[in-house]
Amino acid sequence: MSRVLVPCHVKGTVALQVGDVRTSQGRPGVLVIDVTFPNVAPFELQEITFKNYYTAFLSIRVRQYSSIHTQAKWVTCLRDYCLMPDPHSEEGAQEYVSLSKHQMLCDVARVLELRLILRQPSPLWLSFTVEELQVYQQGAKSPSVTFPKWLSHPVPCEQPAPLLEGLPDPSRVSSEVQQMWALTEMVRASRTSRRIGRFDVDGCYDLNLLSYT
Amino acid sequence: MWQEESDLSLSIAQIVQKLKGSSLYAQLERQAWASLQRTDIKLESLKEDIKRFFKTSGWEKKLQNAVYSELSVFPLPSHPAVPPEHLKEPLVYMRKAQGSWEKRILKSLNSMCTELSIPLARKRPVGEQKELLNKWNEMGTDEPDLSHFRPVYAPKDFLEVLINLRNPNYENGDSPSFRTHLGLIQIPLKVKDIPELKELFVELGLTTGQLGIDDSTQVPPELFENEHVRIGQKVLAEQDSAAAQQYVRQGSPTALRAELWALILNISSQPEDILYYEQLKTNVIQHDLLVDSLIYKDVKLTASNDDYYFVFEDYLYQVLLCFSRDTSVLGHFAYNSASPPRSYIRGKLGIEEYAVFYPPNGVIPFHGFSMYVAPLCFLYNEPSKLYQIFREMYVRFFFRLHSISSHPSGIVSLCLLFETLLQTYLPQLFYHLREIGAQPLRISFKWMVRAFSGYLATDQLLLLWDRILGYNSLEILAVLAAAVFAFRAVNLMEVTSLAAAEAVLADLSTLKVMPLLQIFLFATVT
Repeated sequence: MSRVLVPCHVKGTVALQVGDVRTSQGRPGVLVIDVTFPNVAPFELQEITFKNYYTAFLSIRVRQYSSIHTQAKWVTCLRDYCLMPDPHSEEGAQEYVSLSKHQMLCDVARVLELRLILRQPSPLWLSFTVEELQVYQQGAKSPSVTFPKWLSHPVPCEQPAPLLEGLPDPSRVSSEVQQMWALTEMVRASRTSRRIGRFDVDGCYDLNLLSYT
Repeated sequence: MWQEESDLSLSIAQIVQKLKGSSLYAQLERQAWASLQRTDIKLESLKEDIKRFFKTSGWEKKLQNAVYSELSVFPLPSHPAVPPEHLKEPLVYMRKAQGSWEKRILKSLNSMCTELSIPLARKRPVGEQKELLNKWNEMGTDEPDLSHFRPVYAPKDFLEVLINLRNPNYENGDSPSFRTHLGLIQIPLKVKDIPELKELFVELGLTTGQLGIDDSTQVPPELFENEHVRIGQKVLAEQDSAAAQQYVRQGSPTALRAELWALILNISSQPEDILYYEQLKTNVIQHDLLVDSLIYKDVKLTASNDDYYFVFEDYLYQVLLCFSRDTSVLGHFAYNSASPPRSYIRGKLGIEEYAVFYPPNGVIPFHGFSMYVAPLCFLYNEPSKLYQIFREMYVRFFFRLHSISSHPSGIVSLCLLFETLLQTYLPQLFYHLREIGAQPLRISFKWMVRAFSGYLATDQLLLLWDRILGYNSLEILAVLAAAVFAFRAVNLMEVTSLAAAEAVLADLSTLKVMPLLQIFLFATVT
């Protein structure tokens, strides 16, 4: 499935916290990231990819048109998607994640804005976020071409001419030849990736010191 | 579902790509060409007929074994756009720590090089090459002056690095709090607890027969041992890797072990493998490397002094010297958090065409490295097969014991698993040892880094390594370490210093591994 990157503007994260952020001791456990798409028409969301950084649960809300003539509304399309099976340990903490539209709870056909709600209930981590956020829409389908009439509307099969004595059935021969041709094409296309195994350069292995870079 | 299908096709594409470079691919091609002579292969249905031929002649089984081998070794990518360093190690701070550790090793090796004025590598003069070739089978009789060489690092240096490992995003407060781990490792990796370990090691349970327990002299062989041997012979006849891996979870009979391990590791001695080993031998003869002296020193210090392994001294040189020249080992750095050291040909510093890896296999041996090879000498006496088995064991398991990574079988996870098990199930012992300044990991670290080689009796060690192969995981090392502490808990409660604790745990050669594991996992009342 082809996909096309949608240029997006990721706003800064906003921490949701009860009470005054500056004076309270604890760290926020909920962050909200707004993603807008300036200069892009409402599009169909195909895929969202990002790199996790210690976020435990992710919810996504989209503002979209549910049908052509209604107002744009906020809908939750992903609820509490688990990124870290154990929020107190490192498992899944820095993984690359890809979410496709098939994993969403609702149809995401005409998206205007995204809102990611990140949750990290564990007090062990100093900060959490998601990085390298990328949003994709459906790639263009192959352009429709008008075929010549005889190709798109083939003439109904005529009765085949009676077989000459001793010759094989032409349709069977053509399918076998097709198979063999496909095999030869595959053999030609494949290349071996065998390693050579030499460690020296032209027979010389006279070295300087080990390099640190 | 869509996600699973695309993951599957990605994995299939990757495995096919890897297998294309293997000798099995060339063999299958040759077999396919040769099979065209057969009368039951018709041109019209070429593809189907050849597939059927492969199924009946056992080649499909070989291909299955190769695919199974790839799946066991290489981690499947979760995401197509993952960069290669993420596959080596997903956590950025661990990659950085591994990088700094490697830099220290390189500095140490470089300073040894300049102090002793010995080049990293030199071509041997023809006379010396002839001499070495004559002495190839008895290199142990050589007594070179190795007094100026010191090992690049020892396990206890590595332990200090692991103790100081910190996640910058973790709340490492100055004062101890609920976040501070009571053991030495301060990284919050996910480790299994005993209920999860019981699920993983279900074949070690009390109701399942084990070699190492149910083959002792008091137990009549009709109860378990005879049947187990019969099944083992059947598995070998079928030549199925996956079945062999499942089978050795209950232990491998001594007579079948060599073949079973070769089947699990997918090693078959083809003529090209023997040729490859001979080529490596030629490389050893032609070039002399600084790491050779490190290997000599290590063998002399460790294996030669061991009652069980000193007889294999010559084999160890033959395997380890060739291992250093083997560039195919470089492939494992794709999934190892470590990276091979680089250098440049003299006079061509910085020019990429003259960049090489040093040593050619990218692995710098440390103190005790030769102990990974020594137990295998009991199983294989043919040098090229012994070499292949060791190389495969290294790139599947042993590399994880001396590189910093978050993998569940990596040494950091094993240390944390050991400390967590001890703390949870033997809290009094753990607290006591901590109070007297004898953190348990300081004693058990050296056991785990060497996979208990040189500490256990050989037959017990091989039973342990059966399970490492069977479960494709090193976690059993941490469980055994905790089980040993549990076994000697009464004595350990009475000691009052680290030295005394070390003395209690100095000699493990009388321990029986399987009963200890079984009792710790399945029979301890918690």
